Amino acid sequence: MSEAPPVATRGLVKRYGEILAVDHVDLTVERGDVFGYLGPNGAGKTTSLRMMLGLIRPTEGSVQLFGRDPLRDGARALDGVAGFVEGPRFYPYLSGRRNLRLLADYDDGDSRSRIGEVLELVELTDRAKDKVGGYSHGMRQRLGIAAALLRSPRLLLLDEPTTGLDPAGMRDMRDLVRRLAGDGLTVLLSSHLLGEVEELCNRVAIIQKGRVVYQGALRELLAGAASGYRLRTPEPDRARAVCLAQAGVEKVTSADGEVRFQADEDSVGALSIALGQARIAVTALVPETASLEELFLDLTEGEAPQQEAVA
Amino acid sequence: MSAVAKVYRWEVAKLLAQKRTYLGLGSAMLVPLVFVIVLVLQTGGPNDVPLGRYIRDTGLAVPFVVLFFMSIWGFPLITALVAGDIVAAESHNATLKTILTRSRERGEVFAGKVLASFSYTLVVVVAMGIVGLVAGSIAWGFHPLTSLSGTKVSAAHGLGLLAASLGIYVLPLVGIAAFGLLLSTITRNSAASVVGTLMWALLMQLLGVLPGTEAIRPYLLGTQFEAWHGFLRVPADWTPVIRALWVCALYIALPIVVAYLVFLRRDVAAE
Repeated sequence: MSEAPPVATRGLVKRYGEILAVDHVDLTVERGDVFGYLGPNGAGKTTSLRMMLGLIRPTEGSVQLFGRDPLRDGARALDGVAGFVEGPRFYPYLSGRRNLRLLADYDDGDSRSRIGEVLELVELTDRAKDKVGGYSHGMRQRLGIAAALLRSPRLLLLDEPTTGLDPAGMRDMRDLVRRLAGDGLTVLLSSHLLGEVEELCNRVAIIQKGRVVYQGALRELLAGAASGYRLRTPEPDRARAVCLAQAGVEKVTSADGEVRFQADEDSVGALSIALGQARIAVTALVPETASLEELFLDLTEGEAPQQEAVA
Repeated sequence: MSAVAKVYRWEVAKLLAQKRTYLGLGSAMLVPLVFVIVLVLQTGGPNDVPLGRYIRDTGLAVPFVVLFFMSIWGFPLITALVAGDIVAAESHNATLKTILTRSRERGEVFAGKVLASFSYTLVVVVAMGIVGLVAGSIAWGFHPLTSLSGTKVSAAHGLGLLAASLGIYVLPLVGIAAFGLLLSTITRNSAASVVGTLMWALLMQLLGVLPGTEAIRPYLLGTQFEAWHGFLRVPADWTPVIRALWVCALYIALPIVVAYLVFLRRDVAAE
């Protein structure tokens, strides 16, 4: 049981009448991952997270958190798990501290003794006596993180934690997530903000219309697409001819005094030697890295088949 | 402290932090007070209702008379205000997802809510009884009570009869609270649940006064509001009391079981 991954969904389906909100999603989040669950609005991220937390029943398939199924094991499946979906919500007529006390009493373990500590961590100690009804959106988000941390979780599920925050609030929230991940917490973070995922996550799944279209290491996703190069030289026509003759170099084009091509790293190495032997000066040879945004748009707007990469 | 006790404690704390709780409780306490003040200032009285003609004999009679008037829609409304809201408010505030992602099982959360709303029903009835008794005793003294059989019972015995009467009177109200909880769970809408519960309580009373309903009348919830009359007879008539016990048990159990099953299986999605 202790070897079971923090999150494993298999064939997860949620159907609302004719609408297929989540379509056979298989996700595996490994220990220590900061896992980005990326998708456009309405792609099925929140519905997936609700099923993971046992808030809604899957139409088909299963969820296991550290080997436990919320549907079968009830609240016990959430041992060591915390988080929120669609923004944290609290009782507006109770203070921040009383909300946390309430939630601590809904927890097993020593949550109550951690209230002061988590309030300090999210910098809400000064406002803890105020009613949550008067809190700003950012303060509620931070109280949501505090409420999650009360449980001393090993897995944190966060649904778009920076949505609605101002730039400073977003930065603070990301710093907090980074710090928590640094402490060894496994984090599953849903987001439609690519920069956020690129900044925080080591693995990603990209979901579109309820289906996972990519799952694997972010580094591999970016590297796999970084096959384009730009060559700058005083002799572009000669350089183009060398490129065309070089094995492994493809899609050679030239424009504005530059030659562009696609090749793997070995072929680029061989090309550079060939250019030297042909006594063609090279002023720049630059890999053109596709941004996550471009990849995301390719995957979510195109008809990309499901890809699996083993991280 | 058990898991359900912890949930119950916080359900009570939440009730104590909301205005609607005090609206209902305040009304339950205000009605007997206003009733006594009006009767002190006027000469007439509620002679047509049980114990009405003895209301100026002893403060003990006041809570019994108020029980009659409050059973029509006063107590049902006060009960519905809380029971109809207690689950629906969580949907409205989207806080169900907050408490259902902790360590408590859904059944424990539901049990805490049921106990809290039933407790509230008991508290408002007892509060009315105490205020009515104290206000009536200040106005007319704490004297022996004339029973429904016309015989006098001592003030101390009358106090015991009042406690027993309030106890049996709470049961049909708890039946209304159970229905309110059911609507609150199913509709997820506080206003719809409160109004629906009140309509249901009024329908039960209406059925009781329509001609041709004599056969079902003993088994209607509204009829059970009169079960306390059995205690006020000499000797006590246990028939309406015992019937109230099992009839109310059904009116309480059925909605609660259905609400429990719905609560256990419901999807907590965007409300």
